[in-house]
Amino acid sequence: MAKVLSLAALLGLWTLVAWLTQSPLLPSPMRVGEAILVDMQSGELPFQMACTLARVVAAFVIAFTLGVAAGYAMGRWRSVDRYADPWLVVLLNLPALVIIIFAYIWIGLNETAAIVAVALNKLPNVIVVTREGARSLDPNLDEMARAFRFSWQSKLRNVIMPQLAPYLAAVSRSGLAIIWKIVLVVELLGRPNGVGFVLGSSFSLFDMTRILSYAISFVALMLAIETFVVQPLERRTNRWRRRAA
Amino acid sequence: MNDARTDGAAGPLEIRIDSKTYVSAEGQAVEVIRDLTLRLDAFSVGALIGPSGCGKTTILHIAAGLDPNFIGHLRIPGQGRLGVVFQEPRLLPWRTVADNIRLVLPPEQSFDQLDDLIDTLGLGAHLTHYPGELSLGLARRVAIARAFAVQPDFLLLDEPFVSLDVAVAARLRDELTMLTQRRQVTTLLVTHDLEDAIQLADRLFFLSMRPANIIAEMALPPPRGARDKATIDEIAEQVKSQVPGYASGAART
Repeated sequence: MAKVLSLAALLGLWTLVAWLTQSPLLPSPMRVGEAILVDMQSGELPFQMACTLARVVAAFVIAFTLGVAAGYAMGRWRSVDRYADPWLVVLLNLPALVIIIFAYIWIGLNETAAIVAVALNKLPNVIVVTREGARSLDPNLDEMARAFRFSWQSKLRNVIMPQLAPYLAAVSRSGLAIIWKIVLVVELLGRPNGVGFVLGSSFSLFDMTRILSYAISFVALMLAIETFVVQPLERRTNRWRRRAA
Repeated sequence: MNDARTDGAAGPLEIRIDSKTYVSAEGQAVEVIRDLTLRLDAFSVGALIGPSGCGKTTILHIAAGLDPNFIGHLRIPGQGRLGVVFQEPRLLPWRTVADNIRLVLPPEQSFDQLDDLIDTLGLGAHLTHYPGELSLGLARRVAIARAFAVQPDFLLLDEPFVSLDVAVAARLRDELTMLTQRRQVTTLLVTHDLEDAIQLADRLFFLSMRPANIIAEMALPPPRGARDKATIDEIAEQVKSQVPGYASGAART
């Protein structure tokens, strides 16, 4: 309830300021809403959002898969950690923009470069969190699995993954939020489609209605994914914790 | 360093540890076991008795094949299929009781065939529970059910009654006695409690302080599992008079 009220207040404030200023630089929520509807009907908005979403998903899958594997190895084996840690520190401290520019210059202005750039930006964060998770794995359960001769698949599924789950859930939530923001920058700098591209071209025209309609639509989409995909998944993996409490 | 093998037929359990050392936090090599030899006939129950910290759990780890870093030799009975009951139950908290047991089942075994085991241990009403919802006594029963569900050739029990209250421990002792009688499995029980050992075992092995070796060995009169309180007390008295240092407390906690 408080959430709804708070959002309504924000909307009210926006309407009021838009009405007071009467400037094209701040269109009213109604006008933005209309713009969204028009672009929805023409198929323009869904197309651009789909382009962006595809990049988000691709970058997320790559960063997540590589990051979990590397983070696990670094958390489990100290020697791996010793060699890989300096690389990790460099990657962690490289500004997102620098990685994007490198990728576009070395790989070219193409889809591969865009996705690689985003994935590389997210990768160190996945590694750091997974490494923390791998370090906290219970050695007693590991021994149990060895004594009972679990196959590696069974051990991964039944012993390791459930212990890593809270870390992976945290990293996917923060990951999704960071990745889509970086994807917009990547699109703005070097892609001919996607929400970031539209924002860039609207910026050069000072078209605030379009900027707001695309930004709001995409935020809404990401919130929907968070609410209807990420959170239920997290609840499912934590079911045993709540029952036992 | 060591060689481990399993016997095709149900041979005896043989553990020979010439030396087992570990490196302490200060970087010094500490020898925990020296010249220890243990031989247990197929399908019999042996009990390793010794003071806390003498290396009982280390021996159990070696016997379980979890610690290959020792000088010596290990021969495991049968196909080497192992069931272990650790001191802490070590159940998977995110899997139900039934799933914890199901996970270790050999391919030819189905969960429905375990009714008898589940009944004996009184777990029927708890199969859908998560380990976090169980008392320690129940959790340990699940761990025991899991160890037997493997259809083991060789069973290791590490202090299965420790930290349980007297009544729960007594009931669990009876259940274990019943299970080890009904199922033919070579069993090694690690305990610090003489009475537990006498009730469950065919043969007692007494360990010295570090570096541990076996200072005395005693075969108990059959049949195991039928020993009443008086018999147990009598054997305990015998142990105290016969095992060097036991009465004075060398082999006690």
